[in-house]
This record gives sequence, C-alpha cells and structure tokens, in this order.
Amino acid sequence: MPLTSECLILSALLFGLGVAGFIFKRNLITIFMAVELMLNAVNLAFVAFSRVWGMDGQVFVFFVIVVAAAEAAVGLAIIILIARNRQSLNVERVDFLKL
Amino acid sequence: MLILRYLWIIPALPLLGAAINGLAGMFLPRWPNKAVSAVALGSTGLSFAAVLELVREFVHYAPYPLPWVRQYFTWIAAGDFRAGFDLQLDQLTIVMLLVVTGVGWLIHIYSTGYMAREGGYYRFFAYLNLFTFFMLVLVLAANFALLFVGWEGVGLCSYLLIGFWFLKRSASDAGKKAFIVNRIGDFGFMLGMFLLYRTFGSLDFRAVFGQASSLPAESFGQFGLLTVVCLLLFAGATGKSAQLPLYVWLPDAMEGPTPVSALIHAATMVTAGVYMVARSHTLFRLSPTALFVVAAAGAATALFSATIALVQNDIKRVLAYSTISQLGYMFLACGAGAFAAGIFHLMTHSFFKALLFLAAGSVIHALGGEQDMRKMGGLAGRVRWTWLTMLMATLAIAGAPGFSGFFSKDAILLAALGGAHGGVWLYAAGLFTALLTALYMFRLLFLTFHGQPRFDEHQAHVHESPGSMLAPLMILAVLSVAGGWMAAPEFWGGSSYFERFLAPVFGAAAEAAPASAEIQKFAAIAAGVALAGFLLAWAFYLWRPEAPRRLAGSLRAAYDLLLHKYFVDELYGAVVVRPLLWLSTNLFWKAVDSAGIDGAVNGVAASAAGLGDRVRRVHSGNTRSYAVWVVIGALAVIAVIFWPLLREALAPGAVTGMVR
Repeated sequence: MPLTSECLILSALLFGLGVAGFIFKRNLITIFMAVELMLNAVNLAFVAFSRVWGMDGQVFVFFVIVVAAAEAAVGLAIIILIARNRQSLNVERVDFLKL
Repeated sequence: MLILRYLWIIPALPLLGAAINGLAGMFLPRWPNKAVSAVALGSTGLSFAAVLELVREFVHYAPYPLPWVRQYFTWIAAGDFRAGFDLQLDQLTIVMLLVVTGVGWLIHIYSTGYMAREGGYYRFFAYLNLFTFFMLVLVLAANFALLFVGWEGVGLCSYLLIGFWFLKRSASDAGKKAFIVNRIGDFGFMLGMFLLYRTFGSLDFRAVFGQASSLPAESFGQFGLLTVVCLLLFAGATGKSAQLPLYVWLPDAMEGPTPVSALIHAATMVTAGVYMVARSHTLFRLSPTALFVVAAAGAATALFSATIALVQNDIKRVLAYSTISQLGYMFLACGAGAFAAGIFHLMTHSFFKALLFLAAGSVIHALGGEQDMRKMGGLAGRVRWTWLTMLMATLAIAGAPGFSGFFSKDAILLAALGGAHGGVWLYAAGLFTALLTALYMFRLLFLTFHGQPRFDEHQAHVHESPGSMLAPLMILAVLSVAGGWMAAPEFWGGSSYFERFLAPVFGAAAEAAPASAEIQKFAAIAAGVALAGFLLAWAFYLWRPEAPRRLAGSLRAAYDLLLHKYFVDELYGAVVVRPLLWLSTNLFWKAVDSAGIDGAVNGVAASAAGLGDRVRRVHSGNTRSYAVWVVIGALAVIAVIFWPLLREALAPGAVTGMVR
C-alpha cells in the first residue's frame, strides 16, 4: 500500500513541524496552533493505519478531535487570562512558576 | 488448688497495684495519699495472703513431682529456642516467696508512715510495688530467661528508688552507679546463659539441671565447661549481691529512702544472687573450682566489709557494709556446699537487717533527718520502742545464743569447717567476721542510743515514730528473736525443720551430722566470740569513750585506710572509670560519633542538598525549556523502544545488504 507509507511520511513531517513550532515560536497562539498541528498529525497517522488494521484507528480519531476541542476551549481561556494579566502573548514572559 | 493452678496471681497483684498508683497518680490531679496507701498495701497484702494460701495448698495437696511447673504462655520462640512465662514452685521458692511478700508487706506499712510527708508519694509506692512484682517473677521463674527478667526488673526499680530524690545530685549519681556496676555483673550472667543454652539447648531449669546432673563432676582446678558457666553466673551474683569486687554500689545506694534500703538493699534484692546460686546448686556442686571461688569471695567480702563497717560514722553506711558482710556469709555457706544454711541465713538476715534499717530509719526520723552517729547518743530513753527493737536486731545479728542469727551463723560456720567443700581458713574468716560483726553492731547501738546526747536539743525535737512505723518494727523484732528456732538442730531441742523442709531441693546433707559434743563446742566458741565483740564495744564506746580516738590516733594509717574504705572507689576511678571516660570522650564521642557517624550522615545530607541545588536549575520556570525537555524525553523513550531495530539498521551486515 504505497499510499499508506506516504500518508505516514506526511504525518511525520507535520508532527515534526508541530514540534519545531512548539519549541521555537514565541507567540502563545502560534504555540497553541503547533500543538493542534501535532494532534492532527497523529490523527492522520491513525487514519492511515486504519486502512491496514481496521476501523479502530478512525474511532480513535474521533476521540482525539473531541479531546482537542475541549483542550482548545481550556487552552484559549488560559491564553486570554495570560494576555489580560501580562499585556503580552510572549511565552518568555510566562515564567512565574520560577521561584 | 486455686493458687497452685494460678501462680501468676501472686506477682500480678503488686503489678496491678503499681499500675493503678502510677497511672492514677500521674493523670488524676487529686489522687489522695490515702488511696495510694490503700492500693499499695492492699495489693501486696493480698499477694502475701495468696502466698499463705499457697503454702496451705502446697502442704495439703503435696504436688508431685517437684518442682511444680505451670506454663502460661510462650514469651520468646525462635527456631528451637523457647522461653515461656513459666512459673515453678518448690520449697526454696516458698521460702523466698514468704520472705519477699511478708517482709515486703511490713516494709510497705512502715513506708506509709515514713514517707507520709514526702513529695512523690504515689511514685514511691508505684516503684515499690513494681519492685515486688519483679522480685516475685525472679523467685518464681522456671527458666533462666524469665529469672533474668526479674533480675533486671529489680535492678531497674533499685535504680529508680535510689534516685528517688532525683534533685539531689548524690542520689541520682548513686542510682547510676548501682545500675552501671550491676551491668558488669549482668554481662557475665548473660554469657553464662548463652553458654548454658549452647550446651544444653534450653534455658528451662528442669531441662538444664536434669541434663547437668548426669554429667561427671569436674575435678578441682579444672576449668571445664561447667566451671566456666558457674563462674559466669557467679559474676552476675557478685554484681547483684554486692560481693567483691563489685560491691561498691551498695554503700552509695543508701542515698535512697530508708525503707528502700531495708527492702531492696538488705532484705530482698541483694539476696537474689544467693538465691540464683542456690537455685543452680546442681551446676555448682559439679564444679569444686567454682564452689571454692564462691566460698573464697564470700569469706573475703565478709571480712573486708566488716572491717570497713568498724569505722563508718553514717548509721546507714554501717548497716550497708554489714549487709555486704552478711551476704558474704551466705556465699560462704553456698561455697562450702551448705546451700540450706545459706538460704536460712538469707531468711533470718532479711528479718533482722530489715529491722535494723527500719529502726535506723525511725532514729533518723526522730532526729529530723540526722544520719551521723557522732551527733546522736542517749536516745534509749527517748525512743524506747525503737531502742528495744534495735537491741533485738543487734543481738540477732551479733549471734547471741537463742536469737535467729545465732542459729543461721552457727550453721554456716559448721558448714565452713566440716562441709563438703569447707576448710579451716573459711571457718577462721567466718569466726573473725563474727567478732567484728558483734563489735561494729554494738558500736552502732551504743553510739546511737547510749552515752551522752550529742545532738542539738533545740533543733532535734526528738519524738517517737507513729504506730504505722512501730508495728512493723515489733513484728520484725519477734521474727528476729524467734525466727531461728525453726532451724534449730536436734541438739537445741529443735528438729532442724528448715533444713529438712529444703531437703527435697538441695538433697539431704551429704555427710552425717557432727556429734552433739562437737556442735556444743562450736556453738560455745561462736557465742564466746559474740560476747567478746560485745565487751570490746562496751569497753571502747561506753566505759572509755575517749579510747577509740586515741587508738585511731596511734594507728593513723590503718584508720584512714578503713575510713576511706580501702580507697577502692578511688582505685576503680583511676583504673576503670577515668580511662573509659577518656576513651569514650576522645575516641567514641569525638572521633567515631561526631566525626565518623555524624560526618557520614551530614555528608549524605549535604551532597543531596548540593545535587538538588544543581538539578533545581532545570526548573527554570521557562515554559519552552520544559517543552524541550519533553521532546528530549520522548526521543529517549522512542530510542529505547526502537533500539533493536535501530541496531539492526546500523549493523555492518545490514549496510552491505542494502548495498547489495
């Protein structure tokens, strides 16, 4: 199944992009988008595998989408709060865990 | 059969009393002294009543075979080893039970009067009852392990009661001294027990003595297994019973309240060593060497401490050295093979020595705390009952014919000369000690009660003691006078009842009793010696009161030697205590403990703190650095999972395969 391996390669590329964006970007919104990108890369991998091993992967995709939606709601709420408190979306300034 | 079956009732009652008084006194804000007295007297009195009932049952049912052993529960079980809470009963135990509960109860009564105005009243009686409990466990125990429990327990109570006035420096020091010196002896005792277990595979008296009695006796001078065991056990006895060389704690133990001195340091606890040796007579009989050591140590101690007692000025210290001397007599008897005589002297001694201490306490009470005999004198008419009872006790200990001490001492002296392991030197030492005993006891009596009053009349307010103190004195006086007749030999119209009573334990006397002319001769000698002591004391302290000082002046060196107790405390201080203290301070404390152990512990803590300080920097609070760590971690996990595949891909063969 050549298509499957190409799908997986695409998934890996997307995931790598997500990781890179997650690490190197400063804007919280962008980082958040990178997280979504990684999730969807995994979704793609699930769908690709489900072509080989049955429908379980697609069921998982739905779960991931639901969880991602919930996560988006929570994450965006946190980001809005940070933006209000810090007047900035720069991740460098979100360091108040530090002692 | 009630008490015979439930022997544990006897020790349990004082334990209950101790628990009630201790807990109530500590936690109830108002636990009246009357309640303390009622509980303490009630529990020990009931225990005494139980012993009396036990004696009745013992005579009535004659439980057979002896010893009558009851096993209540298993205390230690490890592999083949078993030590149970097993109590046993035989004639020896009965004698000890009667002494411990009977004399103990009288001293409890006395204490309610003597301690009435002291603080910590409940504490005193809780300790005293606890002591009675441990002492009863000691004499009832059916194996060495349980005996050791009682042994250590009475040591603990002794420590607590010597240091009863713990705010007084000398009292708390004396308590510690007693405890530590006893520990040295206990070390020997424990080694002896280990060796017994190794040899016989058990610590039960029945098993050990049963197996031992089939072993051949060792010859004199042979240091076989049994000799070593006996000597180790005897080391424990020298600690507990204050014999050379471990006697030094007993004189200092007089810092405790006087009833404590009477109960623990005269009548009961210090006789535990004698009891233990008598209990192990099967072992000792097989080892002439050990018996010789016991007899020699006893004779030496008797003589040694009697000479010290001659010149002491503190009334209780004289009695303390006298106690050591009399304990030496008991060991002398045991060492000569006359265990029954030793136990008999133990019993009569517990009567008259308890009486002496209690009467001395009454004198101290009358003079408002004065213990120095140089500041007494002329008290006979002022405290008539105390004087009378003290006189009875003095006659008894000096060995006046017909009094209890006469019979017990006579039996010991006879055994020392003619016993299975006796000898002329033992007899000579015993006889000379008898002379010294009469001398220092009458010196005490004359200095205290006769001659010119030397106390400050306005300060002293001399008064006779209350009835609660006098009643025990009188009962003990009757026992001191008459207690000897139960062992009076046939010659005196008695029936040697005591010896025959103990015969099932110790076996009948090995050799035929000496002819009555012989007994008569020795009794006359002993009585003559006692009379000589009395006359000497009379001459020195009543007839020519200035003579002692002149004699001390002309024999200055000897007098100083005796007054300073042969400098034994100083010797031990220089030879044992100070080197140990130096070693402990510089090696064990500063080098091993501070530098070694503390250093290791602190080092571990410091290195953990340092490591934590380094690792802390990873938690920068910077969110993106966390992200990097997450990625690195994920990569590491993936690398581990896929390592086999990766290795195959990187293997040289794989590369060539790809090329092909």
